Amino acid sequence: MSFYASFGTVLLLLAVTAPLALGFGFGAAAGSRSHLVPVKWLSNLYMAIVRGVPDIAFFLFFVIALDQGLEWMRHQVLCSDWDQPIRQGNDFVVCAAAKLPQNSAPEVYHQIYGFALAVLTFAIVFGAFAGNVIAGAFKAVPHGQIETAEAYGMTKRQTFWRIMVPQMWTYALPGLSNLWMVLIKATPLLFLLGVEDVVYWAKELGGTKTARFTDYPHGDWRMYYFFGLLVFYLLFTKVSEVVLSRITRKLSHGQATAAGEAMRKAGAGA
Amino acid sequence: MKNILLSAAALALLAGAASADTIRLGTEGAYPPYNYIDDNGEVAGFERVLGDELCARAELECEWVTNDWDSIIPNLLSGNYDAIIAGMSITDARKEKIDFSQNYTPPSYSSYAAMSDGVDLEGGVIAAQASTIQSQHVVDTGATLLEFPSFEDSLAAMLAGEADAVFADKDTLVPVVEEGTAMWVGEDVALSIGIGMGFRKSDPELRAKFDTAIASMKEDGTLNEMILEYLGEDSPVFE
Repeated sequence: MSFYASFGTVLLLLAVTAPLALGFGFGAAAGSRSHLVPVKWLSNLYMAIVRGVPDIAFFLFFVIALDQGLEWMRHQVLCSDWDQPIRQGNDFVVCAAAKLPQNSAPEVYHQIYGFALAVLTFAIVFGAFAGNVIAGAFKAVPHGQIETAEAYGMTKRQTFWRIMVPQMWTYALPGLSNLWMVLIKATPLLFLLGVEDVVYWAKELGGTKTARFTDYPHGDWRMYYFFGLLVFYLLFTKVSEVVLSRITRKLSHGQATAAGEAMRKAGAGA
Repeated sequence: MKNILLSAAALALLAGAASADTIRLGTEGAYPPYNYIDDNGEVAGFERVLGDELCARAELECEWVTNDWDSIIPNLLSGNYDAIIAGMSITDARKEKIDFSQNYTPPSYSSYAAMSDGVDLEGGVIAAQASTIQSQHVVDTGATLLEFPSFEDSLAAMLAGEADAVFADKDTLVPVVEEGTAMWVGEDVALSIGIGMGFRKSDPELRAKFDTAIASMKEDGTLNEMILEYLGEDSPVFE
């Protein structure tokens, strides 16, 4: 049933978005440390703008702009003989072939397209936050480590990949785990984008059903459905916490941090 | 590598350049008996049957899409679907943004429903769905308006005692009152001048096709039969 499938939608969204957002974040953080001034500015601008704009405004504006932008590009490529303006009053009109997805495409493609837009938007928003966290983590890597790397004759690139990146994660993880939690709870924003997620179906199925329109009439059950969602999200964040604390432990191992030091001592005592 | 990426992007842009004859119909799916989601998760109701019949008469292939009421006009304008068929009454304010087909329901009534008699309809708190002719009317009467994104939410507010009464299309409230969850209060108000389908202003051909189909259904009486069957025996019909 659609309701159960929508849990899958949410999990899939998280599974795809999290790595993508991490990628965006890592790119932005690395970019902000770049020696190329334009790259540096671009990364900083991206983080500053996206972090500053309210999520909902971003979701409503960006998705429509992206959708229309893609259709506009396809229109330029596919319909060079089109002689009407694209903006007619408040209408946005492109030729039929430029529609994304095609009008004749089955509904499932429309949903996949909507989902893909959602993933991209989530990734961009959370990528900006992740970028800031990772940029901070880079700065937290002890300077002595970098000096030592230079003393060993490593190039800048080697220092970055072999010294900075492996040590950065342990500083970034607390911030990233926060973001992961926020991301889990932000998934109901999917509904704003027209993707039918768990919250939509809880509303739809829990709503009052009169006997005329259904074989299973019931009153307003939305409270019970939403309670179910509450349990689902709570369990999910709890599981995440357990997994994240394991990763933290693993990453702290052998690090020049208080946690790493504590682990070393405990290991030595045993 | 770069070439692969570029050609992949070009392919994505060119893919599926076939002709598109399917008409996408946008509806709310939360306004029984006009449109709602049935037990199979499909759009159902008066407008589902009507829309399918109109498409058959206009020889169009149609697909149903649900969309939130709040953003139903913007999404039509940006081309996510081609027509609105969602119990939308024809008003001058809406005509500034979209074009309507001729009305497929005659002028109809809106009604108040409440838990008990003697509600102050002009000084009390009235719940209505946002951006509807009903919410506008509540403001005009001087009552305090509580707006909600869906009919269901406005009904729930009245049942929970948050609002004194709920104000909506009479046909929508009939099943609720028949079940005994609420009772009629006050007089019916002749508010709607008829419900029509909404189209982009830049799309007069499609509107003309549906206009012809609606006219033919009015003429042979099938539209009246449909109204009586799906909207209730007491619903007004065309002369």
